[in-house]
Amino acid sequence: MSEILKGIGASDGVAIAPVYSLEEPDLSFDDKSIEVGQEDAEVEKFKAAFNQSKVEITKIRNHAEQTVGPEHAAIFDAHLLVLDDPEFLGPIESHIRNDQKSAPQALLETRDQFVAIFDSMDDEYMKERAADIKDVSKRALANMLGRELPSPSKIDTPVVIVAEDLTPSDTAQLDKNFVKGFVTNVGGRTSHSAIMSRSLEIPAVVGTKNITELAQVGDDIIVDGSAGEVILNPSEEEVLVYKDKEARVAEEKVELQKLVDEPSKTMDDVTVELAANIGTPDDLEGVKSNGAEAIGLYRTEFLYMGRNELPTEEEQYEAYSQVLKEMDGKPVVVRTLDIGGDKELPYLDLPNEMNPFLGFRAIRMTLDNQELFRTQLRALLRASQHGDLKIMFPMIATIDEFNRAKALLIEEKDKLVEEGEKVKEDIEVGIMIEIPSAAIIADQFAEVVDFFSIGTNDLIQYTMAADRMNESVSYLYQPYHPALLRLIKMVIDAAHKEGKWAGMCGEMAGDAHAIPLLLGLGLDEFSMSASSVLKARKQISGLKKTDMERLAARAVECKDTDEVLALVEEYVGRV
Amino acid sequence: MEQKSYLITDETGIHARPATILVQTASKYDSDIQLEYNSKKVNLKSIMGVMSLGVGKDSEVTVYAEGNDETEAIEAITETLSKEGLTD
Repeated sequence: MSEILKGIGASDGVAIAPVYSLEEPDLSFDDKSIEVGQEDAEVEKFKAAFNQSKVEITKIRNHAEQTVGPEHAAIFDAHLLVLDDPEFLGPIESHIRNDQKSAPQALLETRDQFVAIFDSMDDEYMKERAADIKDVSKRALANMLGRELPSPSKIDTPVVIVAEDLTPSDTAQLDKNFVKGFVTNVGGRTSHSAIMSRSLEIPAVVGTKNITELAQVGDDIIVDGSAGEVILNPSEEEVLVYKDKEARVAEEKVELQKLVDEPSKTMDDVTVELAANIGTPDDLEGVKSNGAEAIGLYRTEFLYMGRNELPTEEEQYEAYSQVLKEMDGKPVVVRTLDIGGDKELPYLDLPNEMNPFLGFRAIRMTLDNQELFRTQLRALLRASQHGDLKIMFPMIATIDEFNRAKALLIEEKDKLVEEGEKVKEDIEVGIMIEIPSAAIIADQFAEVVDFFSIGTNDLIQYTMAADRMNESVSYLYQPYHPALLRLIKMVIDAAHKEGKWAGMCGEMAGDAHAIPLLLGLGLDEFSMSASSVLKARKQISGLKKTDMERLAARAVECKDTDEVLALVEEYVGRV
Repeated sequence: MEQKSYLITDETGIHARPATILVQTASKYDSDIQLEYNSKKVNLKSIMGVMSLGVGKDSEVTVYAEGNDETEAIEAITETLSKEGLTD
């Protein structure tokens, strides 16, 4: 009998393959001690297990470096050093030789001593090191016992991974040639594993609650990432239906691939810019393979996350320069740090808030932490010589905030020039429009900024006063509501009146229902996930701007979302 | 025996990446190399030893090297500390 599970679609596409379980293996053992005379053999066993572990971790490390970048791979260098640590190896060998402990027992006792040292430290960072030691020891123990750790990098046949959740080190090991999809118990669209699935373009469903209880190794499983559905032990008919769907998706991909080098033009020859949103330089491959014409949003948060200290100016300079160089003169809009509120950085020690979305985040936080902000601005300014950099400030509510941020930018620029650094002259500086106040006075902002980029997720939640994390009010998340369309219109009109450009970098910019409306409202730049770019290009090539202008003019007069959607259908058919 | 003292000026002290690179550097040399902080000495070739010291900002640390390549070892460690931004 097949079984259908609902979850959250994290990454589009269909996958059909056998289940691969990432569950913990049994690492218990009976032999705690050895006979006198067995010492040499036992020490050999211990050393062989450590060497084998080093080989495995090196493989994970190299794989991670290629797929997710050196930043994420660095942790494995520390893991390798633990396996070479004389203060770790010494006691293990001495437990075997002098106390006749078995290799696994000697390892665990030594491990526990170190874990206790780190655990007792009153420092989150040190406590995490205890987890590293456990991690490395677990691998060594599995090798001593001849048992296999579930390791995604070892996968060499097509599978769908089933797990409670995937950690960064798990996702660091995924090979998309074999991992056709994954399904987890926990997580949402913005959890780490979901973001990684989209970057890797692997179909994924997260938050199914109990997939690990239901799925057995070897079961067949279908993952429909677009529908957020999982079918366990599908019937033959179901397999056929989904094989068909998989084939259609693949076919569509081939069709779309032909548009990679085509311009983004409407039927009546109006050109718009289709850009991609990225989180790290590792996303650049997707940007190129999907033919994006620019980067409309480079979220710099990832440089600051998953680590224990602020990134240095040099590290940031490297990342920004890499993106600018690889984009080869195409525009790159970098958003300065948008952290705080619900996105935490343990080492910054920001206060917990009752209303994080209305709280101390983004520009509000960076204007208050000037050292941090200045470091980022300097790195950006220095990188500017490598391409077409545009700097964008997030969460701007008032013109004063923008002026203060820009003043800091100019101060740092002057300093750099004085120090003899090369800084590009004409860097555009703009703001993200996500707070209704900024949209309402967009005409005044347009006089001082170089561009606008509309962040729809936040603009919707602030306009509707509906927390987007709260499911009870999720019905208010209405991107096509006339109230929102009017705000967008105000922003675009204000920009054009001053000869500036207006873009959008939220999910909405790549939405097939929204694109006709946005085109009609006059949006200049659409920035979306790289994987949506070609679909958007195809859609735009079949639309007439003049028709869409009429559609948009009527849409802003509608009374609700349903009316707007009916109108879109009237103009462009069912999408 | 060679020895040299340093003032750690990095905001977060000897953490993560710098610790990894410091241990990798020390491990290239035959000499016995120790790191002293707060009157506690650890083996500078031991990542867990170095991490367990919890060296923070504005700490003074001393490195001792003894062996046939002690001078080169101290030179390389000085360079690494400076390159990783741990000292000024």
